[in-house]
Amino acid sequence: MNSHRADVVIVGGGIMGAATAFFLRKRGASVILLERGLIGQQASGTNFGNVRRMGRPVEQLPLSNRSRESWLKFKELFGEDVELLLNGQLRVGFTPEHEERMATYAQDAKDFGMGMQMMGGKALRERFPYLGPDITAGCYAPFEGHANPRLAAPIIGRAAVREGAQVFENTEIVSVEKEGEDFRVNAADGRTFRAPVALITAGAWGNLISTSFGEPVPMIAKAPQMCVTEPVPYVIGPSIGALIDDPDQLVYFRQVARGNIVVGGGGHELADIENRRAYVNPRRTLLKLKNAPRVMPAFNRLSIIRVWSGIEGYMEDSRAVMGPSARVPGLYYAFGFSGHGFQLGPGVGDVMAELIHTGATTTPIEHYHISRFAKQAMQAA
Amino acid sequence: MGQSRVIVVGAGPAGVRCAEVLVAAGIKPILVDESRRDGGQIYRRQPEGFTRSYPSLYGTEAERARALHQSFESLRSRVDYRPETLAWNIYDRQLHTVSAGVTKALPFDALVVCSGATDRLMPVKGWHYAGTYSMGAAQIALKSQACAIGRQVVFAGTGPLLYLVAAQYVKAGAKVAAVLDTSSLWKRVRALPKLAARPRVLLNGVSLMRTLRGAGVKVVTGIEPVEIHGSDEDGVRGITYRSQDGATHRVECDAVALGYHVRPETQLADLARCEFRFDAETRQWLPTVDQDGRSTTPGVYLAGDGARVLGADGAEIAGKLAAWALLEDMGHPVPDAERAALRREREAMDRFRQGLVEAFPWPAEQAARLPDEAIVCRCEAITAGELRRVVNQMGACEANRAKAFSRVGMGRCQGRYCGHAGAEVVAAAAGIALEKVGRLRGQAPVKPLSMAVREEQE
Repeated sequence: MNSHRADVVIVGGGIMGAATAFFLRKRGASVILLERGLIGQQASGTNFGNVRRMGRPVEQLPLSNRSRESWLKFKELFGEDVELLLNGQLRVGFTPEHEERMATYAQDAKDFGMGMQMMGGKALRERFPYLGPDITAGCYAPFEGHANPRLAAPIIGRAAVREGAQVFENTEIVSVEKEGEDFRVNAADGRTFRAPVALITAGAWGNLISTSFGEPVPMIAKAPQMCVTEPVPYVIGPSIGALIDDPDQLVYFRQVARGNIVVGGGGHELADIENRRAYVNPRRTLLKLKNAPRVMPAFNRLSIIRVWSGIEGYMEDSRAVMGPSARVPGLYYAFGFSGHGFQLGPGVGDVMAELIHTGATTTPIEHYHISRFAKQAMQAA
Repeated sequence: MGQSRVIVVGAGPAGVRCAEVLVAAGIKPILVDESRRDGGQIYRRQPEGFTRSYPSLYGTEAERARALHQSFESLRSRVDYRPETLAWNIYDRQLHTVSAGVTKALPFDALVVCSGATDRLMPVKGWHYAGTYSMGAAQIALKSQACAIGRQVVFAGTGPLLYLVAAQYVKAGAKVAAVLDTSSLWKRVRALPKLAARPRVLLNGVSLMRTLRGAGVKVVTGIEPVEIHGSDEDGVRGITYRSQDGATHRVECDAVALGYHVRPETQLADLARCEFRFDAETRQWLPTVDQDGRSTTPGVYLAGDGARVLGADGAEIAGKLAAWALLEDMGHPVPDAERAALRREREAMDRFRQGLVEAFPWPAEQAARLPDEAIVCRCEAITAGELRRVVNQMGACEANRAKAFSRVGMGRCQGRYCGHAGAEVVAAAAGIALEKVGRLRGQAPVKPLSMAVREEQE
C-alpha cells in the first residue's frame, strides 16, 4: 500500500493550506498537503478578491496586517504575479447612520495603519466622479486593494512545491484518525498519509473533520453570487463597497487592470457540500444589477458577461476556527473564514506555521479558538 | 389540473414543428425566439419590406422554407410567441428571458430547447482582424440584409456550409476569391456510401460544386490555413494557406469566412443541469438525450441542431419527436406509427450525418500546430502560447482550470467560439486525450445581459 509520511499533514488545499505548507517548509518542516480537487478551486478561487483590511473586526487587524506583509511582497515570496492592485478601498453610505458607522470604525481601527479618511458626498464625487448622487458619505482607505483569486492559491501551492512540500491533488480523503502518536489520513483510493501533526484547512468541509474528533462547530456552506462585466477602460481605482442595511441588497465591485468590473453582493445561496455544487440564483444577480447603478450610475451602460459561485464555510458567529484543537494534541484547525479569508490567507499560513513550529504565535488568535463552541458540543453530545 | 406551462425556445425548424404538435394537442406553448422573425438561421426570413423570392433566398430548400413559414403563420395566434427575446438563464424550473430591456422569469412544467447551432471554429493566425467572419455570419449578412461581407471573399474551413455559402455568394453576384477546404477530396469519396443515404442532399452538394466551378471560383482541397494577413487599422488583406504538397500560397482578399461545420448551442442545456457525454466521433461534449430528445433533467427536452447536428429537416423531425415525448410524459396519447416512421427517417439522416463528419472532419491536429502568437480566445485576446504556458508551467490540464489561469473562454462568448479549439490546444500541449480535458462549465447569462434591465412579473 502506498504510504506517505511527513512532519505535518495538511488536509485541504485552499489558500490557507497552501500558505501554511509554504511557510512550514520555510521553517524546515516536511509537509504533505492533500486536496480533493485542485489547489484553490473553491472559496479561495471563486471569492471576490479583495485584499483589504478595512471593515474587518478590530481584533482581526493584527492578523490582517501580518498577512498584508506577505501580499506586499507576494511575487518575491511566491514567485509569480497575482495581479495585485493597491488603489485603495472605498466604502460608501447613503444615510447619516451609515456615515456614523463608518466614522466609528475609522476611529476604532485608527491604530492599524490604514490611513482611513472620512469624506463627504461632494468631496467623494470630486475625487471619484463616477459615484452616484445618492451617496452622502464615504470612508477611503488608500493602501488597500485587490488581487486575482483564481491565481493566488495555485501560485502559493506551486511555491510550496518548489520549497519541497509534497502536494497531492485529486486526493479524496475519507477519514483522519489519531493512531498512536501519529495522525493517519486515509484517501479513498487506499493511500495513507501520516504525520505527528495534522492541520485541517478544509474550508466548508472543516466541520466534518473536526466533528470526527469530537469538536463539532456551527457552520453552514454558502455560495457567493458573483458576476463580471465586459471590459471597459480602467478608471475606477479603489475597490468599492456600499453600506446597505439588508445583506441581500449589498453590492461591491472592483475593476481589474484589463477593465472588467467584478460585482459581488446580492446575498448568498446555500451550497451543496456533498455534491460540491454551488449555483448563482438569477434573482440575486438581478438584485445586484438593480443596486449597483445606485453606487455608480454608469453601470447602466454595461453588460454582465458571466456569473459564478463557489463554496464558502460560514461560521455562525462569522469568526473562523483557527488554532490548536481543544481536545487532541497535535491537531490544528484553520477553516470557516466566513467569506473574508482571502486577504488573511498568507497571514494565516504564516501564523499557523509559526504556531505549529514553535508552539506559540506572536499574532493573537485566541479569538478564533475552537473551544468557544465546546459548550455547544457538550450539549449536542 | 390547470393548463400545463410549456415553453419552447427557438422558432427554427425544430421549434416550429415542436410547437405545431403541442398546439394540435391543445397546449398553448410560449415560443421564445431571439430573432426578429421565425425560421431560425437556416430559414431566416428577410426583414419586412424586403422582396427577394423564396428561390433566391433559399435555393433548393425554398419549398421547405415556405412550408415552415406557413406553418408558423397558421400557429401564430395559438402560441404565445415572443420574438426578439433572449433566454438568458434557467434556474429553479424557471426560464429567464430578456426582451427590450425587460427580464422575466417564466415558470415551466416542460421546456423544449431548440437552440440551434453556430459555427465550429478553429483559430488561425490573424483571424482577429476585422473582416474575418464565421461562415454563418457571412450567410446571415447575405440572407437577411442582402450584403456581402467583402468585395473579395475567401471561404475557408470545411463542411457543407463552406460550399453552400460560397455558392450563394456567387449567385448573389459577389466576388469569391477562393474556396479553401481543409478536408481532402479523398475523404469525401470515402464518405460517399454514407452520404448516399440522402441522395437528394448529396446531389445538391454536387450542384453547388458545379456552380462554383462554372463561375471560375478557385476551389482547393486538403489545405491548411497558415495566416490571415491584415492590420488593426485596415482589417483583412489576404490569406496564406499550405497546399497538400507543402507549398504556401497567398490569396488577396478583404474578407474571410471561416467555419468547420457547426456545433450545437448547448448553454441552456448546461444551465438546465443536463448531463453531457463526450462524442469521440466529432470530438466534442454533447448533452445526453434519448432517441426522442429527453435530456437527463426531467421535463427538459432538447431538439434540433442544438442537441445533435442533423440539419434543417432532421431538426423538423426532432422537434416533433420531442413534442411527442413531452406529451407522452404528460399523459397525452401520441401517434405511435407516425412516430416510428419519423424515427426511421431520422436514422437515415444520422447515417448521412456520419458521412458529413467523415467527409469534412474537424481538423483537430491543426491545434497543435497553431503558432504561439495566434490568438485562440478573441474575446479576451489570449494566444495559443499563453494557453500552452498555463498547461506547461502551471499544470492546467483541465478545461476550466486552463480557463481560470489563462482566461481562454472567460470572455463574452464564454468559450462558445474558442472552447473547442482551446480544449484541443490544451490536450495537445498536455499530451492527453481530449476527453480528459473535460468541458467548460457554462454560466449565465447565455449572452451578455444589460445591467439596465428591469424586472417584470409575468
